[in-house]
Amino acid sequence: MKRIGLKLAILAIFASTVSAWAGESAAVRNCTWCHGAGAQGYTVAPRLAGQRPQYIMSQIRSFREHARNNPFSRQYMWGAVAALDPYTARELANYFATIAPKPANDGDSTLASRGRAIYMEGIPEANIVSCYACHGPNAEGVRDIPRLGGLAYSYLKGRLEQWGQGYHSTPGSPMPMVASHLGPEEIEALTSYLSFVR
Amino acid sequence: MSATGLRLILQTAILAVAFSVSGHAQERLAPARGGLEAKLEYCKTCHGLSGQGYLGYFAMPRLAGQQPEYIEAQLRAFIERRRSNPVMQNVAHVLSPSMVTALAMHFKNLNPKPFGGAPRGSIATGKKIYEEGLPEANVPACSACHGNEGKGQNEIPRLAGQVYPYLVGQLTGWKQQRGQGTAVDTSAIMAPTAHNLTRSQVEAVAAYVSYLQ
Ligand code: HEC
Ligand code: HEC
Ligand code: HEC
Ligand code: HEC
Repeated sequence: MKRIGLKLAILAIFASTVSAWAGESAAVRNCTWCHGAGAQGYTVAPRLAGQRPQYIMSQIRSFREHARNNPFSRQYMWGAVAALDPYTARELANYFATIAPKPANDGDSTLASRGRAIYMEGIPEANIVSCYACHGPNAEGVRDIPRLGGLAYSYLKGRLEQWGQGYHSTPGSPMPMVASHLGPEEIEALTSYLSFVR
Repeated sequence: MSATGLRLILQTAILAVAFSVSGHAQERLAPARGGLEAKLEYCKTCHGLSGQGYLGYFAMPRLAGQQPEYIEAQLRAFIERRRSNPVMQNVAHVLSPSMVTALAMHFKNLNPKPFGGAPRGSIATGKKIYEEGLPEANVPACSACHGNEGKGQNEIPRLAGQVYPYLVGQLTGWKQQRGQGTAVDTSAIMAPTAHNLTRSQVEAVAAYVSYLQ
């Protein structure tokens, strides 16, 4: 984790001096120096492009209230939103939502069809729910339920494992219960599939 | 073989039978109870942590306080594909008949607050439709079957506190979702009423019942 932190810091210096592309305000750059060019995600910072604005808002609230408490959130996001006023938060959420998202395509493609089957139907015998029921047929999300399609494999995997380890994100969320029934094989298959969804 | 010898053998045989019966009964009860609790948690992942309903990509109906006979009838309808919904057909087809009955009983005693969120503009119109019907449009008073407080009875469902977008979806899509196939079931009782309501009347009556406690 230390090494990734250092990498991020180096990237940050690099990105903030070199790739200030046209039309992006300072407020946006405050986020994209970690979340990558065009907010398409970079290393441990997930893609924000195309994410549901209500979900982005709900997570900013969770970071501010320290409800989302996994190590990367503590280390990077608690500080990043501490001084963010509600008006700017909303503007940023709406802005990121309008950027067309690019899929990460970094999962194991041989597991994708198994992953898709679990995503659509769940495994009712093992009390694994269908993700489709909440996240939609194309993993596009709705309201404060996030788009999952095309997020990076390792980010998705980390999130699903962390719920199983007792970390929280959004108060009252069904996700800790969803994740507690997923084994390593199901997580591999689901996150592989999702990384390819566009 | 002596008489006492025979009695002894018989006794052991009877004992063995009795023992194996009670052993089986215990074996069957223990996993069934564990299985029921895990299954209920699974249902509540989608239907809300206290059975109050939830809005995902699909609207998930409130099950709390629902009539057990109605829940059982609907689970059968999903299993037999008389009621179409891709998510619930998958959920239901692995449930054994005894599990269906046990699950149906559970929700009766839950009483969370209504999910809420419906527009409030036409609640008064909705109340009038609910209590008096629309005689000119051949719509009977809903209260005649669903009860004055919307609690339902037996195979007639509770409507009180039901999730608003779910109600609107059912009443506007009745023919496409319920009573599928050739067998006639209880869904036929509601079909003409659903058919005779306009979209705005559906919204009004759905908003009214969604706030009933
Ligand atoms: C120092 C690096 C850094 C900065 C600056 C930063 N982020 Fe983050 N952000 C992260 C990391 C790392 C995560 C992943 C946390 C995790 O693993 O749970 C994250 C997660 C998020 C998430 C959750 C996404 C999801 O899919 O759940 C949102 C929303 C977010 N950041 C918004 C912002 C906004 C808005 C800004 C600018 C005000 C910002 N971030 C600035 C590193 C950063
Ligand atoms: C009952 C609704 C529901 C179901 C079913 C559901 N989810 Fe979620 N999911 C949510 C909500 C709400 C959130 C946002 C709140 C949170 O993060 O806890 C979420 C968040 C997530 C996230 C975090 C995304 C990010 O950007 O950080 C992942 C990953 C996820 N879900 C995966 C899944 C998978 C895989 C399944 C199926 C096995 C699934 N979900 C089933 C409601 C659901
Ligand atoms: C993956 C999400 C999901 C899970 C898990 C789930 N359901 Fe459902 N359920 C739904 C959806 C969506 C509907 C609405 C179907 C429709 O629109 O016709 C529904 C409808 C129902 C209905 C019809 C209610 C009514 O008012 O007519 C019953 C009964 C029901 N579910 C019982 C259960 C039970 C019991 C379980 C656990 C064994 C369960 N459900 C698990 C998503 C789910
Ligand atoms: C003659 C009796 C009767 C009348 C009158 C009646 N209903 Fe029903 N209703 C039923 C029965 C029976 C069912 C269960 C249908 C099934 O088994 O699919 C039902 C089901 C419903 C459902 C589905 C509930 C769920 O959880 O999926 C809704 C919504 C509903 N009725 C609304 C109304 C409204 C609104 C009115 C008045 C305009 C009304 N009903 C009048 C008997 C009636």
